[in-house]
Amino acid sequence: MAINKNALYTILLIVIAAAPFVFPNYGVQLATLWLFIIVAMTWDMTGGQMGYNSLGNIFFYGTGMYVAAVIAIGLVYDVGEYTSAFGGGRYDFTDAQYFTGFVLGVIGAGIFCAISAFIIGYVTFGLRGPYFAIGTLGVAIAAGELVSNWDWVGGGQGITLPVYPGNLDDGKVFIYFAFAITGVVLFIFLNYLYKTRFGAAMNAIRDDEEKAEAMGIHTMRYKLISWALSAFFIGVAGGISAFQIISFEPLESAYQTINLGIFMVVCVLLGGKGTLWGPIIGAILFQLFKEVTWNYFLGWQWVALGALIIVTVVYFQDGLMGYLRTVRPEWFGQTVEEKSDDAAGEAAR
Amino acid sequence: MKLKTLSLALGAFMASTAIAAAADCEKLVLGSAISLTGKYATNGVHAKNGYEFAIKKIDENGGVKIGDKCYNFEVIYYDDESKGDRGATLAERLINQDKVQYMLGPYSSGLTKAIAPVTEKYQIPMVEAEGASRSLFNKGYKYLFAVLSTSEQYLASAVTLAAEKAAESGKKASDVRVAIAVENDPFSLDIRAGVMEDAAKLGMSVVIDEKLPRDLSDMTAILTKVKLVKPDLLVVSGHSKGAATAVRQIGEQKISTPMIALTHCEAADVTGNFGAAANDILCSTQWAETLTYEDPIFGSAANYEAEFKGAYPEYANKKVPYQTAQASAAVYVFKDAFERAGTLDKEAVREAIAATDMKTFYGDIRFSEAGNNIAKPMVLRQIQNGEYNVVAPSAFASHKVNWPRKAN
Amino acid sequence: MDQIASNIGLLLQFPVVNLKILIDGMMIGALFALAAYGLALVWGVMNVKNLAQGDFVIGGGYVSWWLVKNVGLHPLLGVPAAFVVMALLGGALHGTPIHNWARSQKTAMIWVSALTFLVFIVATYLGDAAGSVAGYAGLILTILLVINGGIYNLVISRVIERDLFTSLLATFGLAIMGAQIMNLLFGSDTQSLDLGYDTLYFADGLIDVPIAKLIGVLMAAALAAGVVIFMKSSRMGQAIRATAQDARAARVLGIDTEKVYAFTFSLNAAICGAAGAIIVMVWVIQPFYGITYSVRAFVVVTAAGLGNLPGVIAAGLGIGALEQYGSHIFGIGYQQAIAVLLLLAVLVYRLMQQKRNRQVLQ
Repeated sequence: MAINKNALYTILLIVIAAAPFVFPNYGVQLATLWLFIIVAMTWDMTGGQMGYNSLGNIFFYGTGMYVAAVIAIGLVYDVGEYTSAFGGGRYDFTDAQYFTGFVLGVIGAGIFCAISAFIIGYVTFGLRGPYFAIGTLGVAIAAGELVSNWDWVGGGQGITLPVYPGNLDDGKVFIYFAFAITGVVLFIFLNYLYKTRFGAAMNAIRDDEEKAEAMGIHTMRYKLISWALSAFFIGVAGGISAFQIISFEPLESAYQTINLGIFMVVCVLLGGKGTLWGPIIGAILFQLFKEVTWNYFLGWQWVALGALIIVTVVYFQDGLMGYLRTVRPEWFGQTVEEKSDDAAGEAAR
Repeated sequence: MKLKTLSLALGAFMASTAIAAAADCEKLVLGSAISLTGKYATNGVHAKNGYEFAIKKIDENGGVKIGDKCYNFEVIYYDDESKGDRGATLAERLINQDKVQYMLGPYSSGLTKAIAPVTEKYQIPMVEAEGASRSLFNKGYKYLFAVLSTSEQYLASAVTLAAEKAAESGKKASDVRVAIAVENDPFSLDIRAGVMEDAAKLGMSVVIDEKLPRDLSDMTAILTKVKLVKPDLLVVSGHSKGAATAVRQIGEQKISTPMIALTHCEAADVTGNFGAAANDILCSTQWAETLTYEDPIFGSAANYEAEFKGAYPEYANKKVPYQTAQASAAVYVFKDAFERAGTLDKEAVREAIAATDMKTFYGDIRFSEAGNNIAKPMVLRQIQNGEYNVVAPSAFASHKVNWPRKAN
Repeated sequence: MDQIASNIGLLLQFPVVNLKILIDGMMIGALFALAAYGLALVWGVMNVKNLAQGDFVIGGGYVSWWLVKNVGLHPLLGVPAAFVVMALLGGALHGTPIHNWARSQKTAMIWVSALTFLVFIVATYLGDAAGSVAGYAGLILTILLVINGGIYNLVISRVIERDLFTSLLATFGLAIMGAQIMNLLFGSDTQSLDLGYDTLYFADGLIDVPIAKLIGVLMAAALAAGVVIFMKSSRMGQAIRATAQDARAARVLGIDTEKVYAFTFSLNAAICGAAGAIIVMVWVIQPFYGITYSVRAFVVVTAAGLGNLPGVIAAGLGIGALEQYGSHIFGIGYQQAIAVLLLLAVLVYRLMQQKRNRQVLQ
């Protein structure tokens, strides 16, 4: 079994590495798919594993975009001057400036988001149930509105980053691998995290927070750390997105509350929340659905998407993984035996 | 109502396919990401209708003749949801997956800004009709061509007019106080920048400078300030919803500013919706059906208006917005360039577009080095008793401007 | 900064403007209060947190607008019409004989709808007015029946009393579907109805009260009063309140809670619809404006709490006024931000209150 698993992972890695070269024309969609996988996995950290359903994780995505952009530009030019040219003017970036800006910007975005998660979490984690969802959604909406009135970062004009120096196809591959490496690192990290005591504590908070606290788990500390971790990765993904999209503005692209902000939740529910693979499978399914409807049902795509959300949430909330577990328990044979306690616990809930 | 027009459109469509089949031409595919949903959907649809109408007219006139072959345009559309990142993705898809070699523009400056880097990188000629922001034309793009006038010209003649009127009434131009309320998006902010610049040049002071939110339905707060501060010129720009909200509430609040200038009056159909409240308001427009332009395909500007209304009955009771006319003009530029190039080679076609010098129902089209159209002026119309009359610039003016505006 | 200072200066220089801002704010606030009251109802009774609230409002606006433009209804009559139509859409027929018949005759229904649709298409194509009208009537009735059953039976009735997050997401799905369907049906233009009434002016014209606005607010007040009386005195009203207090006990005592739920949801849709019909004759609507009203409704309900009608009305008016003040001082661009920040402030305030209570208990 162990060998099988390693073989599987090796094959997957090869597929991941080869994908942009096998399908060179689908570079953008493949990169977007990774973005969805990353945001879905990070949402599942607090939503699925810890039971805190945030609707405001998009805040970190948007903030990541802006922090990365401001760092990348600020290293070379004065940001206020750069943005007040309305994306016009000639501002040249050398290769070295572009790549330093990219690396520092993306990492800076992650760190900034992790810190802001601590601060926001300190307030919002006191909110329970729907108020947590509404509160975090509020933070994201308010941030978008405020940034759109902040002239230093371009306000409603948005901000335009330099384009990738050199060949465009190389640029696409570069962005793809930036996303893919982040995604793989995140996966390995979560795979490890969920097996540790920390992961068990997260699940305990989900199952019964009062009891967890009574057993001596400092729930607030766990909640803050796991949200900050997930914020770090969303921030990094946002930062990379900024360099992919190049020209973006606050309300529609960065703090896109009612798009990506909700889609990440739907991805997780579609795949099955609280599982390692669920968010990944969900993100892939969701992307497929989106591509098909956006291509073939022009104008009706939002109706189809609304229907998908309703069906998933109302009828299919355990997602694909949950569904498979009920109809084909033998497929999860190994898992069911190993984690029979877990399964029983889930049934009881 | 919608269904009725749908079935009529279906009939029109069947009629047009019959003609196209008779012409027996090959397909020539263009691509466009256009806003069918989201905040720019109204004007996105206006633009799409303009593209479709032009394609139909060109078909009926024998298609595009390249060498001894004839072609009919066909456009692959995607919905960019009024979002820049989506637009850029779709542009890549059109180029990479649908193998589109020539693009028509999206709606709005913001979307064009997002798409232009993509078309530029792939060296795909894009003729756009709806992105007016100046910042598009100072980047050195080689494959971007715009048939419309850039946005700083939209309300420039209103500022000049305000200065003239001040001089007539014995004041100085620098006594004029300007109030600006524009939507917080690239296009409108660019208009604001243009007005600010012109006002600064003439020494005018800007007394109100507000940004409208994207889901605007109430601007009483701004208009109350206007009442208190009493500026001499009020400028509002916020696509269709900005125009609709402004005109409605200007009427209700009896705003007595002597000169009020808007964008997108026709698209919002302010005369049809609000009647007298719209009186004496100045509207900037890229094109007016009363102008004396004409060409062999569409006929005169007035003829374009009439035929377009015939093909799209939902426009029967309002003005055909200039967004539609310029979209048609963009398709016409492509036809003209293909025929002059005499080949489907991308570079040759780009050269031909760059060398465009034509007269159309929409106005003269000649591109600068940067790709914007420098042969066509903006005109300023005033709504006088429910009619749109051209009042500026003086070369085109058919009527005198009513000043000061009478509040009713 | 300069602008903020000069804006505050204006308020001090012209004190009467304060009154004007208050009046304007409370007029829009009255509409927020209506939508919020509907939300408080479904939240309190069914534990459904309806994110599609704003889209019901806009839907009502479009119903009224369509009837006025196509049937020639007087705009003021659009308000009751929107009330009725949205009630039907919201599931008012649930449990009634018509609904039961439609449910047992599914195949027949499908054939009848298909036939009406065909008649409609043919009639419009031939330009036959009578056939077209009959077709319209049939078409609308079928659509109403289908959606009536659809929204309520397939979505809402399945999220009642489920976990908190489910209803938020499910109704979000409804919201984006609704907005897009309205976009396809009515186009994305901003629409409004002009009643053509005069405007009243006070204080040298500084304060203006359009009569249409005044009528709208009065209608909103009348509607709110009607709902309150209904909830207090009618049997259904009592049943709703009993279900809100304890659904299980209500069931034991013989209340058909299924029917109560359907009725409550439909009542909410109707209230929103009427609010929308008022909005379309005073302000403007657009298919994608729903979210604005949803956000306001959530702010109001969170601030006022459930089952507290005077609180909801006060909070609705208050938020309307605060928003107007905020957009006067900081600029209108901050309007949405102000509403959302108010929501966060209320949440944090609540949180601190709770903490204090807990400490007292300890």
